[in-house]
Order: sequence, then C-alpha cells, then structure tokens
Amino acid sequence: MFAYTIRRLLMLIPVLIGMSLITFSIIHLIPGNPALTILGQQATPAAVAQLEEQLGLNEPYFVQYTDYMLGLLQGDLGQSLRTNTAISGDIWPFLAATIELTIFAMVFAVIVGVNAGIISAWKQNSLFDYTAMIIALIGVSMPIFWLGLMQQWVFAQELGWLPAFGRANPRDPVETVTHFYLIDTLLSGRLDQFSIAFQHLILPGIALGTIPMAIIARMTRSSMLEVLRSDYIRTVQAKGIHQLSIVYRHGFKNAVIPVLTVVGLQTGTLLGGAILTETIFSWPGIGRYVFDAIGNRDYPVIQSGILIIATMFVFINLIVDLLYSFIDPRIKY
Amino acid sequence: MKKSLVLSLAVVGSLMFTACAADNSEGDPADTEANNNAAGEGNEESADDAEGDGDEEAAAPAGDQTLIFARGGDSVSLDYASVTDGESSRVTEQMFESLLSFEEDSFEIGPGLAEDWEMHDDGLRYVFTLREGVTFHDGTEFNAEAVKTNFERWADPDHEFHFGDEGYAYAVYGTQFGGFVGDEGHVIDEINVLGDYEVEFVLNNQLGSFLQNMGMSYFSMTSPAALEEYGPEINENPVGTGPFQFVSWSRDDSIVLEKYEDYWQEDLPKLDQVIFQVIPDNSARLTALRSGEIDIMDGLNPDDLEALEGEEGITTFERTTNNIGYLGFNGDKEPFDDPELRRALNHAIDKETLIELLYAGNAEPAKNLIPPDYLGYNDEIEPYEYDPELAQQMLEDAGYEGLEFDLWTMPVARPYMPDPERAAEVMQANFEDIGVTANIVSMEWATYLEQTEAGEHDVYMLGWSGTNGDPDYFFGNLLHSDAIPGGNRDFYRNDEVDELLDQAKVSIDEDERTELYMEAQEIIHEDAPMIPLVHSIPVLAGSDRVQNYVPHPSTSEPLTEVELSE
Repeated sequence: MFAYTIRRLLMLIPVLIGMSLITFSIIHLIPGNPALTILGQQATPAAVAQLEEQLGLNEPYFVQYTDYMLGLLQGDLGQSLRTNTAISGDIWPFLAATIELTIFAMVFAVIVGVNAGIISAWKQNSLFDYTAMIIALIGVSMPIFWLGLMQQWVFAQELGWLPAFGRANPRDPVETVTHFYLIDTLLSGRLDQFSIAFQHLILPGIALGTIPMAIIARMTRSSMLEVLRSDYIRTVQAKGIHQLSIVYRHGFKNAVIPVLTVVGLQTGTLLGGAILTETIFSWPGIGRYVFDAIGNRDYPVIQSGILIIATMFVFINLIVDLLYSFIDPRIKY
Repeated sequence: MKKSLVLSLAVVGSLMFTACAADNSEGDPADTEANNNAAGEGNEESADDAEGDGDEEAAAPAGDQTLIFARGGDSVSLDYASVTDGESSRVTEQMFESLLSFEEDSFEIGPGLAEDWEMHDDGLRYVFTLREGVTFHDGTEFNAEAVKTNFERWADPDHEFHFGDEGYAYAVYGTQFGGFVGDEGHVIDEINVLGDYEVEFVLNNQLGSFLQNMGMSYFSMTSPAALEEYGPEINENPVGTGPFQFVSWSRDDSIVLEKYEDYWQEDLPKLDQVIFQVIPDNSARLTALRSGEIDIMDGLNPDDLEALEGEEGITTFERTTNNIGYLGFNGDKEPFDDPELRRALNHAIDKETLIELLYAGNAEPAKNLIPPDYLGYNDEIEPYEYDPELAQQMLEDAGYEGLEFDLWTMPVARPYMPDPERAAEVMQANFEDIGVTANIVSMEWATYLEQTEAGEHDVYMLGWSGTNGDPDYFFGNLLHSDAIPGGNRDFYRNDEVDELLDQAKVSIDEDERTELYMEAQEIIHEDAPMIPLVHSIPVLAGSDRVQNYVPHPSTSEPLTEVELSE
C-alpha cells in the first residue's frame, strides 16, 4: 500500500504539469489584458504598455511559463498582478474558508444523505422512501442561488435566527491563527465567538450540502437495495439478529464503497470553491478568489489557484482510494 | 453503524453546546467593552423579536458607534494613488486627506490639509499654506516635506518610493498631470519646500484643473515614515492623517477602521469604528440591511427601491449625479461615419421609458456628455427628441434602408447602467420601430473593453463617472482624438473640438473655460458621435439610525460627521 501511495503521488507530477500547461495556454489565449484592467478604463496606451513591461507580460509565452514554473519549484506561487501581494500569503485564508465550509457541508450531507438512503432502502416503497427520494430529486435539481436566497429571506430577514452573510460578526472580528474560525475561536478561548462562527456556517453549509446530500442519499439507497437482497443478509435475518444491526452493521458496511466514491468526488468538487454559495453568503472562499482573478486577468493567481485546487482534488481521491482497502480488506493495492 | 452514530452524536452535541454558549454570551454583559453588543447578535434577534422591524435596535444598542458599510466588491489596494477602482478610494478616503477638500455634496473645493492657497504667475505657481499640528497615525508630523515626498513618489519613476519594479503604477497621476517626470506633457516642474508649513508647486504649463486635482482622494498624503518602514507593502499598511486609522483587512471580506484619537478636528470623528463589509450579491445585501446586520448598503437594485419606500427603519440616500451612460457609434466603420445616420438614430431612443423601466425614475435624460451641474454644461443644446417617425424619415432620406448592426452590450452592471441587458432590449425595440435591426452581442468585461478600444464594434454601450468634477475628465478622455486608442471608443476626430478642448484644459479662467466647453458641445451635438442616454442618480439604502450621511458624487465620502442615533 505504501508503494501504491508513492506511485499515486508521483503520478501527481505529470497531472500538475499538464494542468499548468492547459491553464497557462487558455488564460493567455482568451482576449483581455491584465494591464488594462489594472489601470482601468481611463488608462493611456503608453501607461498600459509601460505596465505590461513592468509585469513582464510582453515576454514570449515560453519564457513567462518557464519563469512561473521555476518559481513554483522553489515554492513561490508568484505575486498577484492586481494587488501586488504574494499569493502564498493571500491564498490561505480563502482556502481555509472553503475547507471549513466544505467540511461542514459534507458532514451535513453525509449524515442526512446516508441515513435517508439507508432507511429508504430498508423501508422500500414506504411513505418515507417516497418522500425522501422526492426530496432528493428536488435537491439534485435545486438551483443553489435560489435556495440560498430563500434561506436568507426566511431565516435571516423574517425570523432573524441566523446571520445572512460572512464567517463571523464583523463588529467582533475573530483573532486569526489557522483561519479555520471554529478552531481559532476555541484557541482564543472565545466560546461566544465559536457559537457565532458556527451559526454563520449553518445556512451556507446547508445550501452547499444540499446537492451532495441528495446524490449521496440516492447512491446509498440503490447500493443498499442491492446488498439487502443478497444471500448473506437472508442468513443473518434467519439467525434472528436485530433489524437495526442487520441494516447498519451487516448491510451498510458492504454497501459503503460506492457511497464513499461519491463522497470523495463531491468533496473534491466543493473544495474547488462553490462560487454561487460563496457569492450569496459573502463567503470569502477560494472559488470567488479565482473567479475574480479570471475577471481581472490576474494570471499568476489563476494559475496558482487552479493548481492548488487540482492538487486537493487529487489528494482527496487518493485518500478515498486508500480508504477502500481499509473498509474492505479484500481490496488490495 | 458505530461511525455514523458517533458522528450524529457529535453533531447533536455540538448543537446543544452552541445553544449553551450562546446563552452564556447573552447573559454575560461584561464580555468586552467596545464590542459588548457583538457577541450573540444572531441569538438576541432570535429571542423573541417576531415583529422583525425592531431588529436593528436589538443588534446594536445605543451608544455603540460602529458602522457597517456593505458593498459589492473588495478594495484592490489601500495605496490609493496606485489604483483606480472606486472601492479602494471609498475606504482610503476615511484614512487619508488631500491638500484641499471637496464640499460634502459637490466638487466645490475648500481647505483640507492646506489652510490656504494662492495662485501666482498666471497659474504657473501655486503656494499652499499647510495646517499646523496635524499628525499621521504613526505619530509623525505632517509638513511640507511630506507633501513633496508624496508628489515626487508618484511623479518620478526613479524615486525610492515609486516601487515601479514591484508593479506599482500611478495611472490617475499620469492622466491628471500630463504624465511623469521625463514626459513631455508633465505639468509639475518642481515642488519647493518654502518653510515647514509652506510648499510651492511650479508648473511648466497652465492646468485648468490643477486645484480641482488637489482635492482628489488619489492625491492624499501618506506618512513618509510609513513609506520608509513598509516599502512596497504600503498597500496593506495605510498610514494617513484622516479621521480613521487602519485596524485590519481580511480580503474579500471586511476592512476594519477605528477612530483616530489625535485627529486634528476637535470632537471628530463621531463613530468609533467603521467596517467595510463585502457582500457581493445585491439581494443578499438588502437582506442583511433588513435584518439589521449592516447599516448602509451601496448598489441598491432600482427595482427594490419601490419596495423600500415607507419601510420602517430604512431610509435611502441619493448621490448627486456625476456620470453618463451612452450608446456610442464606431465612427471608423461604415455606415457610422455618416453624421446624418447618427443623428437619425439619436431620434430613435426613448430615454424616458428607459429611465422609467431601468432606473425606477432615478436618472435624468442626457443631452450632453457632462453631468448638468458641471462647469461649462451647455443647457442651450436642443436635445434630439424621441421621434421615431422623424428618425425613419431621416434614414430614408439618407438612403439607409434595412440597416442592421451589432449592439454591443456591457456584461456588468455599473451605476450609470444598472441592467445593461434589459437596456439593450429596450433600445433594440426602439430601433426595430424605425426598421433598424440591432443584434445584441455581449462578451466578458475585460474582453469587451479591449475589443471596443481596438474598434471591433459597430454600436456599443458604455459610460463614465467623474472623479474631480472637472469637464476635461469627460471630454479629454472620451472625445479627444488623443484618446484613440483609449477612452475614445467612438473614434471621434474633430480638429476643431480638439482645439477647443486643448485650450479649455490649460485655461485657468473659469469664464473662458465655460465658453470653450459650450462651443465644443455645440459641435459635438451636431456631429453626434454618440447617443447620450442618462445621468443616473445612484441610490444607497441604510438604517434610519444613520445620521449626517451625505453621499458624495465622487462615490467616496469621508464618514467624519456620521453618527448612529438610538
């Protein structure tokens, strides 16, 4: 398994080089000029030309690309063209915000989705099954921005239960160390802030978790239905073991692999940043960071942002693959 | 089973824990001094505030002077001179001051960091007498040397604080003062320190907007000691003389400023803290205002305005108009090189309907390029009235039948154009009425700007916002032939107009300038390089607790006098 992990990690190298080449080519092929967007509508052509030279944008593409890759090898993610700040310093708060929200959303999605799926399969064709699957169908096809706006309207504006935007109360900023607010507030011993930060996670977390939840529920149900029909389940039933134990312990354990795959893929996707959710809930995450950079043609930010997202995606899937053999010892690498 | 059970337990547990924690914070008022209302804000509201309207009071009890200003985008940098976006200057306006200042709702200049100023030698020399006893937020003193350092930093590419290699560019300085040291058109020849509190600017050429420029937030004063200390990191470490000083910046989220205790104006500012909060979505921002989480919001959808009328606890603020939204023709392309055609199309657009539908009435129909209260605005101009029959007749007479073109539509909303797509549809229908086919095309913003600058378009939609209240900022950038390629996307070239604009730019006699601009506008009106659509009046909404807030036409206003009532 160790050798397998190493092999998978080595495979990361060509993947990332390929990614960087594709990103680099695409962003340089589309029209739009970073110097122009930096200087604004009223810039004179001379000023634009001068800034291009300052930023090294008139070098041949090949030189620009190798410069960037050489920097990357030394651990330098480059500098934002727009804000003149180091990307390595800027990117972490955005990444942490996205990771925190993703974890919350996935915990919600997994708990609700898996249980709904199991019960639906167990009580197939029951009222619960129908209701849960209809909800799941709606969930999969729900426009997230609409759901988010409705949530805000009901829970923030009308009921006033939950905050509508941001990660914390702006009047009482969190002292940041790790940029995971739930951890930072605990580190500084501010339980009140912890609770506020938690409340801020609820609406965006549910909005973000709805689609994965629905997908997981449907996947769990179909996988469970298959397992529950198998011979060994009948044997267990014959032994007179408690229903709950049959379904959860004997059944689910064998149905979990496809569910895990879905969870891994969904987590990877969410980590890529959910622009809609981040926009509606003013969540300063990686999706908005990269999206804004695309609008401003901030080349280094786009490249580094996408590389990091790709790396995370690959890692999540590696972890999932390794989990397979942990859950099912028959799977060996 | 065990795993999922443990997880569910953990979640239930943490929820209970949250509830307890929230209760604690609510019942323990001795938490922090300044922010004691902050903890448990969400919970307080949940308590039993079913009416909904009283929310603001619950969120921020009297005595708390923290104002949250919500806006659509983040600042790019806190070094105001090196950026051009309004979101940056909106924040830096609170921390920095210029030598002169603008009236609270107009571009009339008055004293700022300079108490007094005099013009000598027909506008080739200006002497500013600086205010004494002003300190920067780092404690160092503001004096004539500081003025010199700041201006030389922007002007001189070899200056130690220019930071050109780090990607700093001072575009607004270049536009307003004719370039940089070494450029032919650069206006400021030298800056001399005459005494601790006296500084002299010697110009190569007269510049009509020189004093106007001195009031712009782009030319505010940064502490030279801070430039020395932070170097190129000055964009994240702002140190000025203004009413508020910098506390923290969390990108794409919020910028926190606090009252500067040693501010030179007695008993000001009134607020203790100002927070600029990014909420990208317009509807979400309005929700946050209604739930009392923010105090002022920028970028109100015109459609929402009606709903807000008479809503308890919420008030609206109008910003004096300072922009133009227009439909431009590409004068380099046939058939738009024919002024007769352009005049005919000018008669086709129903501006009143456009204003009713898209701006909820908050706009004035435009007949000139510059906003109505600008120096030199020519009110004598007879607008091209909306008259489809006349337009059609004119087209026929000129021999244009079955005309078809691409109508380039902006992909982003701007104050002068809150809903470009719908505007395009309205105008498309207007054109159809006179038998002209307009095909709406749109592309991403950076591409749009580049392609229109390159002249790829037929007819395009764009606008312009003023920054210093000077007409040259509009004319020089949009209709002077020197601005090709650049802001002049109409490819409008008229030597007579160029001549008039050049004269008006350098003249320091207001009456003379007025006359020159008046004349230029007559020619421009006749040539019709564009269809001036509207001057919009941007509307902001806020809690009615906000007192003394006056939006400035430049889009950034100091919140020095603002306070929150009970």
